[in-house]
Amino acid sequence: MGAAEKKGAARVQKDSEDLSRQRLQAIVLADSFTTRFRPLTLERPKVLLPLVNIPMIDYTLAWLESAGIEEIFVFCCAHSMQLIDYLKKSQWCSLVRTIVSHKSTSVGDALRYIYEQQHTETSQIQGDFVLVSGDTVSNMPLAELIQQHRDRKKRDEKAIMTMVIKKQSRLGIGSDQLFVAVDPVTKQLLYYNEGDNNGEVCLDKSLLDTGVLVCNDMLDCYIDICSSEVLSLFEDNFDYQHLRRHFVNGLLVDDIMGYKIFTHEIQSSFYAARVENLRSYDMVSKDIIQRWTYPYVPDINFSGNHPLKLGRRGIYRVSDAVQSRSADIGASTVIGYGTKIGNGSKICKSVIGNGCSIGSNVVIQGSYIWNNVTIEYGCEIRNAIVCDGVKIRAGAVLQPGVVLSFNVVVGQDFVVPAYSKVSLLQQPTKEDSDEESEYADISNGTTHLLSGVNNLQMESKTSELDPDGAGYIWKVCDSVHDAEWKHSIVPIPMEKLADMAQAMDGDGIEDGSVVPPSGELKSDTDSINTDANDPNDDDYGYFEREVRETFLRAIEEDNNVDHITPLINSLRFSYDMASADCAGAIFYSMMRLAMDTQHNSTSELYRNATSIITKCKGVLGFYVKQIDEQIEVIMKFEEMCQESAALSPLFVQIVHFLYDKDVVQEDAILRWGEEKAGADESDKVYLNQCEAFIQWLKEASEEEDS
Amino acid sequence: MDFQVVILAGGFSSTLFPLVSKEVPKALLPVANRPVLSYVLDLLESNNLKDLIVVVEGEDAALKVGGWISSACVDRLHVEVAAVAENVGTAGALRAIAHHLTAKDILIVSGDIVSDIPPGAVAATHRRHDAAVTAMLCAQPVSGPSESGGSGGKDKTKKPACEDIIGLDSWKQFLLYIAKGTEIKKDTRVKKSILCAAGKMELRSDLVDSHIYAFKRSVLQKVLDQKPAFRSLKQDVLPYLVRTQLSQRSDVFSDQSNVEENGNGNGKNNMQNNEVVLSQILSNASSPSFHQVYESGLDSRKTHKCCVYIADESKYFVRLNSIQAFMDVNRDVIGDANHLSGYSFSAHHNIVHPSAELGSKTTVGPHCMLGEGSQVGDKCSVKRSVIGRHCRIGSNVKIVNSVVMDHATIGDGCSIQGSVICSNAQLQERVTLRDCQVEAGYIVCVGGEHKGETFARK
Repeated sequence: MGAAEKKGAARVQKDSEDLSRQRLQAIVLADSFTTRFRPLTLERPKVLLPLVNIPMIDYTLAWLESAGIEEIFVFCCAHSMQLIDYLKKSQWCSLVRTIVSHKSTSVGDALRYIYEQQHTETSQIQGDFVLVSGDTVSNMPLAELIQQHRDRKKRDEKAIMTMVIKKQSRLGIGSDQLFVAVDPVTKQLLYYNEGDNNGEVCLDKSLLDTGVLVCNDMLDCYIDICSSEVLSLFEDNFDYQHLRRHFVNGLLVDDIMGYKIFTHEIQSSFYAARVENLRSYDMVSKDIIQRWTYPYVPDINFSGNHPLKLGRRGIYRVSDAVQSRSADIGASTVIGYGTKIGNGSKICKSVIGNGCSIGSNVVIQGSYIWNNVTIEYGCEIRNAIVCDGVKIRAGAVLQPGVVLSFNVVVGQDFVVPAYSKVSLLQQPTKEDSDEESEYADISNGTTHLLSGVNNLQMESKTSELDPDGAGYIWKVCDSVHDAEWKHSIVPIPMEKLADMAQAMDGDGIEDGSVVPPSGELKSDTDSINTDANDPNDDDYGYFEREVRETFLRAIEEDNNVDHITPLINSLRFSYDMASADCAGAIFYSMMRLAMDTQHNSTSELYRNATSIITKCKGVLGFYVKQIDEQIEVIMKFEEMCQESAALSPLFVQIVHFLYDKDVVQEDAILRWGEEKAGADESDKVYLNQCEAFIQWLKEASEEEDS
Repeated sequence: MDFQVVILAGGFSSTLFPLVSKEVPKALLPVANRPVLSYVLDLLESNNLKDLIVVVEGEDAALKVGGWISSACVDRLHVEVAAVAENVGTAGALRAIAHHLTAKDILIVSGDIVSDIPPGAVAATHRRHDAAVTAMLCAQPVSGPSESGGSGGKDKTKKPACEDIIGLDSWKQFLLYIAKGTEIKKDTRVKKSILCAAGKMELRSDLVDSHIYAFKRSVLQKVLDQKPAFRSLKQDVLPYLVRTQLSQRSDVFSDQSNVEENGNGNGKNNMQNNEVVLSQILSNASSPSFHQVYESGLDSRKTHKCCVYIADESKYFVRLNSIQAFMDVNRDVIGDANHLSGYSFSAHHNIVHPSAELGSKTTVGPHCMLGEGSQVGDKCSVKRSVIGRHCRIGSNVKIVNSVVMDHATIGDGCSIQGSVICSNAQLQERVTLRDCQVEAGYIVCVGGEHKGETFARK
């Protein structure tokens, strides 16, 4: 008896030892699965982009190492070779193991891949792990937090994740606004909402029983302490893509198995932030210069970098910098090794990399100049990012918000317009499933690179940086609804801020006036009822509207419409619609989007339409496998043309385009033509327009037959 | 203090039938043998608020209330009684008496409050923040333990329904959101703009709006004028002000500043600015409030502040708005919250008027009250009950957890539990009542056994 007890006690002890001996592991996602840093990420993985002259991932790895993490898995996707090479040469090669998957297009895919690997290899993720992305800059301690997480997990099996949040002192980090609700006592996360465009935060009534704390001033650091269940949850829910939008909200809203997420607010003395977009790149850089991230600051060697010397007013530079006496270096500036600065240049609040040569009378303000950049005399650079190897010829001006990618050459006296992005690579027009990732074919890239300089002359209309320049100015993507200013490194203009607040308030007021006084409550419910009744009369109309909203949301949110297919499928089943109806509704949404996007001429509208069709072809293609469905698309389009004068002249062109893109087959067009042939004359307007095209199709098929 | 106090005393409230009758409007219902209105008046007087307007619904009720006031406290307070039409709602009542309002700020107090929370503190908070409206919140009243056996017994097993959902900023100074719990069907929606301005919002359901408000007169009158459909202060006016606190578009507030500018010229304006600065200093605001930040960020925007005063949890607060509340309040005032009653208690924790007559072997337990000139027969037992003046109670009577009003007659051998016997009612011999209400002047016949009934002539 006594022995048995002893044994039990020993086992308990062993268990706890096991737990404490468990290696601290971390997964670093070295791919953000977004396109925010394009065009820079076409040539180099995002995590290797320098942040105050040190690659981003070095900050993450140095922090994880010092926080006591014993094993780090780096998940590589885009440009994996570059990254693996870099890691091999770095001081962390013993600590880091790389996982490579080129197929992953989202965090969900990545975690599923890791889960699968877990079974094939022996020593993989065991138990709890820290999940961060490779662009995290932090100096917070982790050991204690992991212990807290484990303790909580022991008490409550369902507490599978601890999410780190930080109070944000300044607003406007450029990402979407985040609203979270937590339990004031237990700190359990109850609600998570990032950037939906609704003017209201909608909390379930059941949350209110205990009281909740709704926060807007919190920053999600994307540092998560996860238990092993997280991986298997991703495996089980194969449609989870985004870590927050799908996984966190999935747990909160759908209440899967009662799993709970807790939050941990870090003390204000520690730092944690993520470089999500150019604006946060700017913010984090400034924080590093202002030493919030200590010990990860430029004057300390933490990743094999050459430490710089910190002078007064926050100026970091080497002691023997080659610098003209008359050059004026302002506050909060970093100047790298071997950089020469000419006479009378003014530099402030900027970061200059190694080996740059800056001519005389150059003005650089609030900009990030990377390595080996040549800037000739008299240039003016404000709030810009200039990558490695760029040459800026004399007198050129970079207006605020410009991004110059690798090896771009800006011609003499050329003015690069505000917010433009310039790259030697052409803007990818073929956007398939890969577009979400930063992944770009290297071989593809080189052909572009070669042709880049030549093409420049030919395509002088859209991409020109002066005769002696090299590079393409990228068109601003038409689906970018939140304008460039939101994400660039330029401070948000005052009037935009006012607009934003106004817009936010505007919708609030409207609904404010709608709320009836107590005496009229009844009428209100009546109106809701009629509202609810409406769609019953017109199921298809309602379905179409929902599809359109889903579609627009997908476009707005992440630019990748491919994963709305499951959403549309679910709508389809809930409304009991045929596949043809889906095709019609999606096509309608696409055309409406094209029409709503700003255009001045019919040709511009055509361009909008074609670009959207190209982009969303995948989704549409899913529903137009049958001839009938294709006919439905054509009929739908015909209907739309009848309603909109702007669209009607484009009918043939767009049908032709659809044909080119294999969305509709010739059979469908021919059959549509036959069906329509018997219709009234007024109904045949578009058929007549198409006559030549149909004729051509017929001839083509006859030729083929013969 | 340039404060005018409006007491909304209601009229013949139907929720309190049959306790309320033509003779006794709600304001005059006895709590430990004093009209409930007297508690409010005492509270205000102790805060040195002596300029009062009592608003009563209905002419008859106004006469009754006016009569009582003139007899009771005409010497101490300056009270005006105003009658308004019945069923106009609280906002309607204020609209009707708007011409009486002259002071810069108005304190509005519900007439059915029994509490020791100082309204002066609300007024001070209001002034300190220069707020448009200040609402007083207090912890949700917990039903006392002694109500077991009463009609509240069933309710106790249920979770208390959340009455109000209240959003506060992180310093618990400003009211950011208010909604009635019962009106929220499935989810509650909070505007993002206010969240962005305030950063954090604590949504709580454990606080209730206690119906004591301080309003800026100009704001209140504008809202009442412009929104004729608003009937209730709590459900319409307050939520409206809270909703629009950051918006410049509601003309209520821009107008107000215009009026002040035009009417009084620059001198007044400067004074106002000074006042704002002063109020900042007073509120220990090292940094400006989010309203000011918001305002300064966007030119030509006008905001107004909605503040709260949260009463200490140790304070007592009950609104007499249901029969259950009437029982609770009577029990508490002679029991746990006896400092409110103004009486001095005997060593047995009860009050037996010297002129009351007790028969032999009759016991009056602690937390009881026996009014002037009442007679109790032999072998009676009175526990946790209030008995009014000049009641006649026979022998072998048991009264537990009940209220017996003035001039009631109770026959021999009756047993009364958790019930209310109104004035002049009569219980004949051997009546057993449990959780019943007996209307004034009603006669309950011999030997009846009743449970949970209401006796009234109709």
